[in-house]
Amino acid sequence: MATVMGAEQTTRSWFWRLRDSLHRFFDSDIFYSFRRSPVTVLAFVTTVIFFVAAFAAPILAPFNTNDVATLNLMDAFRPPAWMAGGSSEHLLGTDEQGRDVLSAIMFGTQVSLIVGFLSVIFSVVLGVGLGLISGYVGGRTDHLIMRIADVQLSFPAVLVALLLFGFAKAVLPRGLQDAVAIYVLIVAIGLSNWVQFARTVRGSTMVEKSKEYVQAARVIGRSPFAIMVQHVLPNVMGPVLVIATISLALAIITEATLSFLGVGVPPTQPSLGTLIRFGNNFLFSGEWWMTIFPGLALVILALAVNLLGDWLRDALNPKLR
Amino acid sequence: MSQTGNTQPLLRVENLRVEFPTRRGTLVAVDDISFHIDEGEVLGVVGESGAGKSLTGAAIIGLLDPPGRIADGQVIFNGKRIDNFSYEQMRRLRGDQIAMVFQDPLTSLNPLYTIGKQLTETIRTHVSVDERGARTRAIELLNEVGIPAAERRVGQFPHQFSGGMRQRVVIALALAANPRLIIADEPTTALDVSIQAQIISLLKRLCREHGTAVMLVTHDMGVIAETADRVAVMYAGRIVEVGPVQDVIKRAQHPYTHGLMGSIPVIRHDVERLIQIDGAMPRLTDIPSGCAFNPRCPRVFEYCRVERPELMDVGATRAACWLFDEAREQAGGAR
Amino acid sequence: MLAYIVRRLLHSILVLIAVGFIAFSLFTYVGDPINNMVGVEATEAEREWARKALGIDDPFPVQFARFAWHAVQGDFGQSFRLSIPVETAIGDRLPATLELVFVAAVMALAIGVPLGVYTGLHRDGAISRILLTASLVGISLPTFLIGIILILVFSVWLGWLPSFGRGATVDLWGWESNLVTWEGFKSIILPSITLCLFQLTLLMRLVRAEMLEVLRTDYIKFARARGLTNRAVNFGHALKNTLVPVITITGLQIGSLIAFAIITETVFQWPGMGLLFLQAIQFVDIPVMAAYLCLVAFIFVVINLMVDLLYYAIDPRLRLEGTGHAH
Repeated sequence: MATVMGAEQTTRSWFWRLRDSLHRFFDSDIFYSFRRSPVTVLAFVTTVIFFVAAFAAPILAPFNTNDVATLNLMDAFRPPAWMAGGSSEHLLGTDEQGRDVLSAIMFGTQVSLIVGFLSVIFSVVLGVGLGLISGYVGGRTDHLIMRIADVQLSFPAVLVALLLFGFAKAVLPRGLQDAVAIYVLIVAIGLSNWVQFARTVRGSTMVEKSKEYVQAARVIGRSPFAIMVQHVLPNVMGPVLVIATISLALAIITEATLSFLGVGVPPTQPSLGTLIRFGNNFLFSGEWWMTIFPGLALVILALAVNLLGDWLRDALNPKLR
Repeated sequence: MSQTGNTQPLLRVENLRVEFPTRRGTLVAVDDISFHIDEGEVLGVVGESGAGKSLTGAAIIGLLDPPGRIADGQVIFNGKRIDNFSYEQMRRLRGDQIAMVFQDPLTSLNPLYTIGKQLTETIRTHVSVDERGARTRAIELLNEVGIPAAERRVGQFPHQFSGGMRQRVVIALALAANPRLIIADEPTTALDVSIQAQIISLLKRLCREHGTAVMLVTHDMGVIAETADRVAVMYAGRIVEVGPVQDVIKRAQHPYTHGLMGSIPVIRHDVERLIQIDGAMPRLTDIPSGCAFNPRCPRVFEYCRVERPELMDVGATRAACWLFDEAREQAGGAR
Repeated sequence: MLAYIVRRLLHSILVLIAVGFIAFSLFTYVGDPINNMVGVEATEAEREWARKALGIDDPFPVQFARFAWHAVQGDFGQSFRLSIPVETAIGDRLPATLELVFVAAVMALAIGVPLGVYTGLHRDGAISRILLTASLVGISLPTFLIGIILILVFSVWLGWLPSFGRGATVDLWGWESNLVTWEGFKSIILPSITLCLFQLTLLMRLVRAEMLEVLRTDYIKFARARGLTNRAVNFGHALKNTLVPVITITGLQIGSLIAFAIITETVFQWPGMGLLFLQAIQFVDIPVMAAYLCLVAFIFVVINLMVDLLYYAIDPRLRLEGTGHAH
């Protein structure tokens, strides 16, 4: 009897706690500044739309562009629906193999987003980790890590990614290349973006390290590193989130660039960049929609994410409150 | 350069109100204060952090950071109303008639300009003189504030000066065009104690020699005791007591002032405990109704919570406290 | 002062050695260099000869030293894909990239910096808001897409400007140039606009952020309190302090432009180093990759060094060691 009552109470208290934190969030400064800025709301909605379109593509897309069997060459080179020769079946037209551009964009966005996210996660883990180590251990290690960071900062993401990709391509045997390409890409983009995270976390770590509770931790038998991490992480969450959002936009653009250059995702899983590359070949013969619409999708996505990142930075900046 | 026979105060502040519109409503940082400064006198403005002292100074010189603004009241300088001046009108006044000195001398000076350049450009903004004349004046000023080897140092950069020297340079810059009033906002707080005394005596001497009036904003009563002729005590954006410095210090009337004075250790006195005022100054968002000090006041009575007291004459000083209004006091049943 | 220079030089040399090491590993250990040199169907005798020629059996430091020696002289062997010496291949294409980068850099600076100053001074003005929004779009636009759109509008639809290649260049003592004639210049317009846009946007936002930061400082407040004119405050004090960090960033921009040129050259088929490098990656042309790596690192390092020296010359605080200290 007592345990049943206890379980009920626990669920109820969970519910109230959730309701309370939701209330607090909607009442907070952050949400207020969000509501006040119509541009940010628009950016958020746009991002959500893209997300849903991308990850629900298998269900939502009118056509499955990855399935070769559904392609109909008779349908190739159709212009968008509102132009002469277009059909309402293919709102944004078709490409040279009869693939529906709208669906291709949806599936392509999925690839772009996956690569973008995973590479940002990689950057965050690498950057935060190195930042913690650098700040805590100090001395030579810190110096070395920061030097590497400095050097890397002068090389733009695209170049670093290109170099890594080229290196991997040269090293890996041919058969393995396509399968591993996407992972190499994620690592390459991730490796080109870790520095900002490391710097921020390192700064915070160094501040915390000098505090007394870190020394005290040793006395009571806890690892000073663990206890410091416990204190550093909540402090850096805000800035890391801001940098991560802006990095996401950069990662998406970098991936698109690499795919456009032909060194990105393999053509079997085209991302937005790949679509643009394919479409580019037909720019001169007048079938502009094959490259412009994926391009537009890319820009709108990157812009929306950038806007969110901008807003987030202003909202979390204590100086501007 | 004393101004005998001149009965009009140099600066008159009347019912000044400084507000900050925020999304949670309007914050009143300075609430209906009035005071005056005569030619050549030193008025100390003392109070805790957040009492509104610095904002008063900023409002007078027209350098309130937006969204802060003067919501009400008047600032009258030399008989003319200046709080409604345009930016350009105010700019001509600044440095020339009214100068301001800030707390941190390191950040007050542009690190990329030599102090000679910063001096000459200030001089040439207000006085029509050529580059050579300005440079001569600049060296003169440096000598006046006690910088040795001024000829050589005029070509140096701020980081090549120590903290105390830098504050002297700042004072030289403020005095460059011979203003009638200097607003000194915590001029010694960022300095070593040993240097503080030097800077204070420098300020005193210069102002006496030039007949410059000073509004000395600080939280350090010791500096006030040394330097000021009169002192105004601010609390939660209001002036609670104002009067000649010795009277306010030795015979503080307002309970807050009394508590302030009592909390300062005096070497000669042998006391068991320093007086401590319980609680803390209220935040701008939570100012109590009536007298702002009433929750912490040891002599509070009913009426204190009802209406805010105006400054009233009490002996040699003026204090904003209902204790000194006989009618209210008796009616309210003061202890 | 001297210590500073020496330190920076040592640092630069270290970086060069590190990069050289990476390039060397690429060169020697990736793939089978013997195959790379004589092909898969070589006879044993040919392989033996190749082995000796490449000195593969020599100890590692010797190989590295040999590589470094050749590298410093610009000799990276033969390109696998083009069968000409790497230095010739790069040498032919270097002017194309350098001119492109030069024009783009000038445009980015000439437009980006003034716009940044303007939006910093007129923080909430309507024009500033428009510019800021445009800048946000600017950093969301990938370079290649800009190129494609420009080609679409100005080449395909309007037919005003050429869409690929260098067009009519003029030979100036061995340096092929687009900048001397109008015809030649027409070819470089679209690519350089494409290349400069991202940097321009970045520069504008950077200058604006710096400007806003500077305008919040105490010395600006004190300058106003002294009654200095708006001109003296904004364009004397504020601008000077803003430009100091911007100058250093600009130096790094040039390095970044060289890298971004890869993309632009691809879109416009501009025969520069970037395109060469990309093709090298696609064909796994190791010597070219290694050479590009070393060359770019060298350029970056030189630029960094110059920027450091410039910074030192401009900011008096860094010269603390030389002058007598305060008392």
